[in-house]
Formats: sequence, C-alpha cells, structure tokens
Amino acid sequence: MSMHLTFLPILLPMLAGVFLLMSPFGKYSSNRRLTSIIASILTFIASLLLLIKVQNTGVQIYAIGDWSAPFGIVLVADPLSTLLVCLTTLLGVVCVLYASAGDDKKGSFFHPLAHFLILGVNGAFLTGDAFNLFVFFEVLLIASYALLMHGGNKANTRAALQYVIMNLVGSAVFLIALGVLYGVLGTLNMADMAQKIALLQGDDVYLAKVGGLLLLVVFALKGALLPLHLWLPNTYASAMPVVAALFAIMTKVGIYSMLRIYTLIFGEQAGELSHIAQPWLWWLAMATIAMGTLGVLASKNLLKLTANLVIISVGTLVALVAMQTVAASAAAIYYLVHSTLVTAALFILADLIARQRGQVKDRIVAGPPLLQPKLLGVCFFVAALTVIGMPPLSGFIAKVWLLRETVSAEYVWLFWPLYLLASLAVLLSVSKAGSTVFWHHQEDAVIIKKAHRVKSIQLVALITLIMAAPLMSIFAGPLSDYAIGAATQLHDVTSNINSVLSGGL
Amino acid sequence: MELLYASCIGVLVFCGVFLILRARTFPVVLGLTMLSYAVNLFLFSAGRLSLNKAAVLGYSTEYADPLPQALVLTAIVIGFAMTAFVVILAIRARADLGTDHVDGKESAKKGKVSS
Repeated sequence: MSMHLTFLPILLPMLAGVFLLMSPFGKYSSNRRLTSIIASILTFIASLLLLIKVQNTGVQIYAIGDWSAPFGIVLVADPLSTLLVCLTTLLGVVCVLYASAGDDKKGSFFHPLAHFLILGVNGAFLTGDAFNLFVFFEVLLIASYALLMHGGNKANTRAALQYVIMNLVGSAVFLIALGVLYGVLGTLNMADMAQKIALLQGDDVYLAKVGGLLLLVVFALKGALLPLHLWLPNTYASAMPVVAALFAIMTKVGIYSMLRIYTLIFGEQAGELSHIAQPWLWWLAMATIAMGTLGVLASKNLLKLTANLVIISVGTLVALVAMQTVAASAAAIYYLVHSTLVTAALFILADLIARQRGQVKDRIVAGPPLLQPKLLGVCFFVAALTVIGMPPLSGFIAKVWLLRETVSAEYVWLFWPLYLLASLAVLLSVSKAGSTVFWHHQEDAVIIKKAHRVKSIQLVALITLIMAAPLMSIFAGPLSDYAIGAATQLHDVTSNINSVLSGGL
Repeated sequence: MELLYASCIGVLVFCGVFLILRARTFPVVLGLTMLSYAVNLFLFSAGRLSLNKAAVLGYSTEYADPLPQALVLTAIVIGFAMTAFVVILAIRARADLGTDHVDGKESAKKGKVSS
C-alpha cells in the first residue's frame, strides 16, 4: 500500500467523484454529504502520509503501469509538490464541509465536481510529464467550468462563457508549445527534457525558446498574470463564494508550473536557454501588483476585493519566481501556502457576512447590523491582519521574508516602493471595508432572520482556515525549514533528473 | 508536402483566430474548433512527416514516431469534450442573456439586435 501512496491523492478523489455520481451515494443529500466529507478527509490523510514518507525517505517516483521514466508516465512527489497536494486536499476538506451546510443544494453535483477538481489539481502538482500536466489542467478546468455555473445566474453565465473561451484558447496554445518542444527535444518527460535541452544546437535553440515562452503565456493565463488576468475578478466574484474559495488553489497551479518548468527545464543547466522567462516575469509581476492594487482600491464589494487580493498575491509570487534563487523560491513556497489559505478564508467570510446583511449583501456600504458581529468581526480582523501583513501573523513573516530576498534583485528601488505602496493600499481598502461593514448601520434596517446564523459546520470550516494564520506564525520555524528544504530540492536539478530517470525502473 | 501541410495549419489558425475575435458565441465556437484542428495537425507533425512508415511496431523495420499520435488522440478526445461543453454553454448564454455577444450586450451604436 505504501508503495502506491504517491498515487492515492489522485486515485481517491477520482473514486470519490465516481461514487458520488452513483445513486446510492447521491440520492439523498445527507448520504452524499457524509460520503463526500469522509472521502475528502481520507484524501487529506493520504496526502499527509505521503508528506511524512517524502520527508523520511526522499523523493518518491511512481511509474504508472511500471513503464520506466522517459517513455512511461511518472508521478514525482518531492517536498514542494507534496506540500501543495496537502494544501489542496486541506482546502478540499474545508470547502466540502462548508458547502454541506446547504450550498451544495443550489445546483447539481457540487460534491463530485469538487472531488474532480481536487483530482486535477493534485495531478498537476504530482505529474512529472509535460503532456500529463496538460491533461490534468484540462481535468481541473472542466470541473471548474461546471463548478462556476453551480447555482448560477445571468452574470455568472457571462463570466463563465468568457472564462471557458479564454481557457480553451489557452489550451490550444499549450498544445502548440508542447508540439514545438516535442519536435525539437523528442520527449515530454520533464526530467528528460531538462537533460536534452542543453544539447540543442542551431535553429532548434530558437524553436525551443518559442516553445518555452509559449508555455509562459499559458501559465500566465492560468495564474492570472497581467495582461492575461482580466478574467479573474469577474469569474471569482460571480462564482459561489465556496467555489471561489476552492478556486483559490487554481491560480497557484499556474505559478507552480512556472516554478517547475523554469527551474527544471529552463534553469541553470540549460545553456543558451537558461532563465528565458526571467526578464518577462519580473516586469509582468510588478505590473500585476500595480493592477491588483488599483483593483483593490476600486472594489465595491467584498468578493471583488478578495478577487483582486488574489491578483496581488499572484504578482508577488511571480516576482519571487522570477528571482530564481533557492532563497526566493523558499519565500515563495511559504507565501503561496499563506496566501491560498487567507484568500479562501476571506471568500468564505464574505459569504457569511453577505448572508447576514440581507439586500445589501457584500457591498461595502452601510447596511443592517450583523447577527453575529463579534464572531464574524474577530474572524475578519484576523484574516485582514493576515492579508495586510501585520505582525504577528503569517502575512507579516511572508512579507518580511519576501522583502529580504528581493534586496539583491535588479530594480529593487522600483519593486520595494511598489510592493509597500500596494500593502498600504490593501491596508486602506480592507480597513475601510471592515469598518463600513461592521460599524456603519442603516437606521431603518430590516431585521435579518435567525436562519442566517452561522451553522456549526460552516464555523468549523471557517475556523480551520482562520487558525492557519496564527499556526503558520507559531510554527514558522519548522515551516520555513521545510520551505527551504523544498526549494533546495527544487533547484537541485541534477539530482532531480537522476532520481526521475533512474527511480522509475 | 511539407509546404502544403504547413500552409494548411496556417490557414486553419488564421481562420480560427479571426472567428474567435468576432466575439459572438457561434463564430467563437467554430473558431475554437478550427484552432483545435490546427493544433491536432501540428502535434501530428511534431513527430516529423514521413511517407510509407507504419505506425505500429513489429510489422516493419521502419516506423513513424508513435508518441505524437498518442498525444493527438488524447488532444482530440479532450478537444471534443471541451467543444461540447462550450456549445451547451453558448446555448445557455443565449437563453440567459438574450444575445449571443460574449460580453452579454450589443454594442451601443446598433439600434436592433443583429445576429
């Protein structure tokens, strides 16, 4: 069993999704919820076990069907991908719990689709094969298309249509990039590609460069990097908040792919092609931060605000990816975990707040007083402190680490002021939003029914996400050690290549 | 043959991109289909074009690269599923929004709805 542990984070959600489509599990909503919750917890446990195993015995290579590496498909579980798999499955548990309070009844098949989404994301993190990365991208995308329509209305249909078309064009570009790279390299196994890319000569170098930069376009689209970020605010703000919380991991798939492709394949050892994406990434990252900041300042409701915070976090992460050093990648890993959890928490909080404010919903205007101002207020306060980056929570550690690693970067005189101004803008907007929502009340407010109180199962989900921030700063020592270890492993290209190409046997 | 093949892909991509930029759902769907055909042909050519080479191992000493064919097969299957989804979504968008423009609204200059 432990031999196949690497495969379980992909297999379990797939089985869960298939079972949940069958009538014995799906006929009665209580049955379906119970099955879904148990399945998501099992997946989480499996990925934790995988994390422990990777820590104890090193990188796990799993050759599917026992076909060895360059020809067969391999799964590679290294510290970075396992950490992200754990993060995904944790988010999966939280969102399934939260949706079980009633959101899953607003459309059909929430639970199977959530599991299929987790399957796609886990697969994208674990795969060691560029074509399989495409396949898992498509799996997670088709689940996300359907989830986006879940409980939808008109605005939702429009956002979904634009999102689907954008991503289909993205998929076409992805395939063209893979075709070019296969044409020149003769392989799509990432480790094998990394080995062969240094041997390219003549015109093939330029072709590989075109392929590599086309991949950048695709990952920028998935990761919502400027100028391909325009779909994100609308999509996330019009999706159901719990779905948006689940989507918090999806932009990170794009960032992870950048981190993986441009360190492993186009990294140090790639000769002429090393660091091809770096000059692009650095400037685009800064532009993305600036754009996200403007978006945050202009947001008129909490969901849009959070969606724009996602864009800022993408910009920040890409700036760290562009540095391409071990220390910067370690900071990126810590920041990635922090930002995923906190944006998911904010999406869920925005939903709970919107429910208790009647007609006003999550718009940042004076409205009726909340039913549970203390509970939601404290949660919002903690989440806001985290996302702004105030001490002592995880956001602060992430921000200080980020600033320390970017000291040596080019154009730091531009990046630091930009980033700090962005933080100031986030501080302003989030505190304005919080004070308006919690303190400004309409005089003639309609009394909100008791039915909108936070249900216990929703509270569990919310607290889990909110608690992540203090826990991430209490355990900052071990976590940063882990991040540094994972980043070292990521940048140790030679040992990665060797372990994949020999370990599959 | 190479020239014909390459120009075929080029024309398909051109038409696909042109149709996608029309910003109405039906042309966009057609454009996406054309683009995916072009992509499939392109992937197929990634294993080099050759004449009289069997695709199956064991029946001839010379064989064509089987991997791009496997890739194309996967890409075709995924492409069909995605096209089916976007067709259904376009129909729903037409019903929900009352227009087939991807932004959900007609441009302000036009007085009446044109399709």
